[in-house]
Parts: sequence; structure tokens; C-alpha cells
Amino acid sequence: MAGKIRIRAQLDGDTCEVKALMRHPMETGLRKNQAGDAIPAHYIEEVTVTHNDQVVMHSYWGAAVSANPFLGVRFAGGQAGDTVKVMWRDNTGATDEGETTIR
Amino acid sequence: MGLMESIRNTRWLSALFGLLIAAAPSSGEDAGIFDEYRAMFGDDNPAIFVIDEGEEYWLEPQGPKNTSLEDCDLGLGPGVVEGAYARLPRYFADVDKVMDVEARLIFCMGELQGRPSAEIEGYPYSMRGDLGTEIEALVAWLADQSSGMPIAPGQEHVKEREFFTLGEQLFYYRAGPHDFSCATCHGQQDKRIRLQSLPDLTSHEGAAASYSAWPAYRISEGIVRTMGWRMRDCFRQQRFPLLGVGSDVTVALQTYLAVTAAGAPMMAPGLKR
Amino acid sequence: MKRESGAGIARRGLLRMGIFVAAVAAVPTKLWATITKPSAAFAATDMDGTFAALGQTPAESAGIIFTTPDIAENGAVVPIKIEVDESLLPGVRRLYVMVEKNPNPMAAMFSMIEGTRPYVETRVKVAQTCNLYAVAETDSGFYMASKETKVTLGGCGG
Repeated sequence: MAGKIRIRAQLDGDTCEVKALMRHPMETGLRKNQAGDAIPAHYIEEVTVTHNDQVVMHSYWGAAVSANPFLGVRFAGGQAGDTVKVMWRDNTGATDEGETTIR
Repeated sequence: MGLMESIRNTRWLSALFGLLIAAAPSSGEDAGIFDEYRAMFGDDNPAIFVIDEGEEYWLEPQGPKNTSLEDCDLGLGPGVVEGAYARLPRYFADVDKVMDVEARLIFCMGELQGRPSAEIEGYPYSMRGDLGTEIEALVAWLADQSSGMPIAPGQEHVKEREFFTLGEQLFYYRAGPHDFSCATCHGQQDKRIRLQSLPDLTSHEGAAASYSAWPAYRISEGIVRTMGWRMRDCFRQQRFPLLGVGSDVTVALQTYLAVTAAGAPMMAPGLKR
Repeated sequence: MKRESGAGIARRGLLRMGIFVAAVAAVPTKLWATITKPSAAFAATDMDGTFAALGQTPAESAGIIFTTPDIAENGAVVPIKIEVDESLLPGVRRLYVMVEKNPNPMAAMFSMIEGTRPYVETRVKVAQTCNLYAVAETDSGFYMASKETKVTLGGCGG
């Protein structure tokens, strides 16, 4: 299956609006399951957005970002057809990435 | 890719319709209190991941016969999925029964894939905190394949009309330790539980707003819930016995709702609190 | 298709790690050398501690346009939007989101390069009714806007 990131990148004048929806449980480590055992913390720690392989936004997250995280960012200088990528790394070291072209 | 394009487009439409419908029952004092909150979600519904999974399940060879569900007849002919959900529940001559989408899927899994129905019926809906089930994913995908199409359940066959009547009777049937019926909560306008507005499912507007938005991504649970689950959970809340997936009772209730909602466009999977 | 077990994701993750590292390595070192995780700020348990870890209590700024719902139907998912009026607050390099009464108020930190708008939209968990903070870091220091969001419990959810 393709990566679990959905991305849209649309031009609005000279600004490219990027919206990404990631699939991740974003467990805080503070919740318990039905048996009463703590569910280990499992959350995205680092998210990077690139435009034609140049980073436009880099972020560090805590577990307080909601499950199935949504991210919207905007940058100037994009052209229709350019590549936008969103990548994440979580606290277990797992990563994912998704890409789209600017429309 | 074509699918995702169409999803994106229908989602914009859905968001628009959603706003229109959400505005409709806002006559009460507290209604509309979450409008700002809901509007901020725009058209970004995590159900899109589940829709994709549903399509993968549909195409995946499974069971003793190692077959996919691609030849499953949901009422518009084997393998026809576009618009099929909006026409359910309906009468199926091959089993001489009225079925909802879940009953039909379980039938197809048995018939085409050779999978025992008990396997699916025992765990049709995910528990809180679990990943979604196959049924939930399939229903999400199938509902998306009917997005924008008018709700048009079968009412030609005598059994379909019988199911509507049965569903209506069930809706008003008071029982259980609380002497509750569906109509206790959903038979008048401007009712609520805490801050949650309750739709009047006896009116076309109320039934349409509700029926068209299921299956839906439940934000609080992080999974897609189906109309079948909604019925089961309402039964649980009324302290009624466990409502069987695809049972005559759930199919009849859904027939009553679908007929009451008929004509309104499907806009599922919706987004719920 | 098949449900991915945690192990499966981790395995795939290892395969993908190479790509991720490569992309991050493409960042101009000069610009990004300073970006390390402000771990102390993420570990702080109240607003004072968070600001202390960042090194400054931000000044209120009308240049930060912070949108959150007045009342949220579900505290697990509260949409937030931070925009900056660059005529009032120029040179924003980073944006932070903080939730006052969460176990750790710091929810996220976003770093922008030149050309990236000081703009971010996301959804955060809000444990209880409290103030949410949007903090902007510029070359001249830290600025903030805050807004209260009430968290409620819904009904049975139709």
C-alpha cells in the first residue's frame, strides 16, 4: 500500500497551500487499554514538508497533536507541477512520506 | 488516482451540503453551538484512508475459495458498486430477503469466498481503540461510491414495503427496562442529550441529515462507524438485546429511515463528533 | 489490505528511513543547523516552565491571528489555525502551539524558511477547558496570542 499520507497542494495566487492528513494513532502514553495496562506512547515527533526537495517547513511535535494528524502550511514560489512531499518520523523511529504535485 | 480525484471533488460537495443540512435543524437555542468547530474541519475527513482500505478488501482474494468480492451483486448486478449503496436496503430474489449493505456483504463473503458467516457476524464492528473491521472499511468505500446520489431504497417489492412498515412499528415500539423506543429521543424536534442535538428521524429533513451521513468517521473513536453500528448502539443505549448485524430488525429500521430520507443525496462517509 | 502490526510499520519504517534522512540532509545546513528539538520546552508541565525553557515570556501581539473554536465538541481533536499579519509582526521564523492545562503544554513547534508563510493549521488534544497559545518567534523575541476553548462531552453522537 502507498504511504498513509494524503496531500493536496494548490496554488492561490503566488502562495501554495499544502494540506496533509497523516494516519497515526498519536498515543500519549497516558491512556490505558481495556485490561488496564498503559498503552505505550507512540506519536509523530518530526514532520518535514519539502518543495522540489527543498525543505519549506520543519516541525517537532509532542503527543498532544491529535490522532490522524492534519497539517496545513503555505509557502511562496511554487509552480503548478512542482513536487511537494510530506515526511514524518515517530518516536519509535518509524517513518512515512507522501508526495503530490502542485495544482 | 481517479478515485481520489472523485473523492476530493465529492468531499467539497459534501462539505457544502453538510453545511446546508447542519444549518437546517439549528432552530433550537443550543443548536449550532458546534457549527464553528465543525466548520474548521473543512473537507478533511480521515475516512479517506478507510475508503481506500475498503476498496482493497473488495479486490482481495480471501476465504477457502480464494476469491475477491468483485462479483458480489449489491442489487445493480454483479460487481456494480457505483450507486448501489444509495439503493439499499432492497429485496434480493436469490435469497428472497430484504437486505442492507452489511447483510449483503456477509452473504457475498459466504457465497463467493466460502467464509463462514459466524466469523464476520461475531465481530462486525470494531471496539473502541481498535483498528477498523473489514465490514466497516467495505461499507465506507461502498457509501463513497454512492456519494451525491439520491437515497432511493427499494419499495417495489411487497417484502420491501413490509419491511418499511415493520421498521416504522419498531421505531415506535416501547420496551426494555426504561420503557424506551427510538421515538423517545428521535420523534420530536429540538431534543438533545447534553449539548448534542438529536435529529427528528420521523421527518424527512431529520432522517435525510442523519441517514445520508452514515457511515461516518467518529472523531471520538478514530474509526468509521456504519449505520448498522448506529442501530446496534441505539439498541444498547435503550437497554435492548444485542441487535444482530444484518438482522431483519436492523434492516427494517434502516428501511424505515431510508424511505423517510428518500430523495436526499448521500454524503457519506460523514464526520461525527 | 492486511492490518499493519506495529512491527510491520517499524520494518517498513526502516526501509523508508533512508529516504527521510536523505531529504533532511538536503536542508541547507546553515539555515537549519540551529533546529534541534527544544526538549525541555516539550517536557515542561506548565506554561511558566514552557516559557522558561524557551528563554522568554512572550509579549502579547495583535499581529498573531489565532483561530480556535470557542467550544469544542471533542477535546481530542481541536482544530487550530495560526496566521500572522506580517505588517504588524515581521520576520517570524517559528510558530509554537501550546495548550495551558495539558500534561505538557507544548504541542508543536514549526520552523519556516524564507518564503514559507508564517501560517499553520493543525488539530490538537485539549484535556480540559483552558487557554490555548499561539507563540511566534522572531529575531527580536517571542510574541503570543491566546484564546480559551471550552471542551464539552457530547451525547450519543448521531
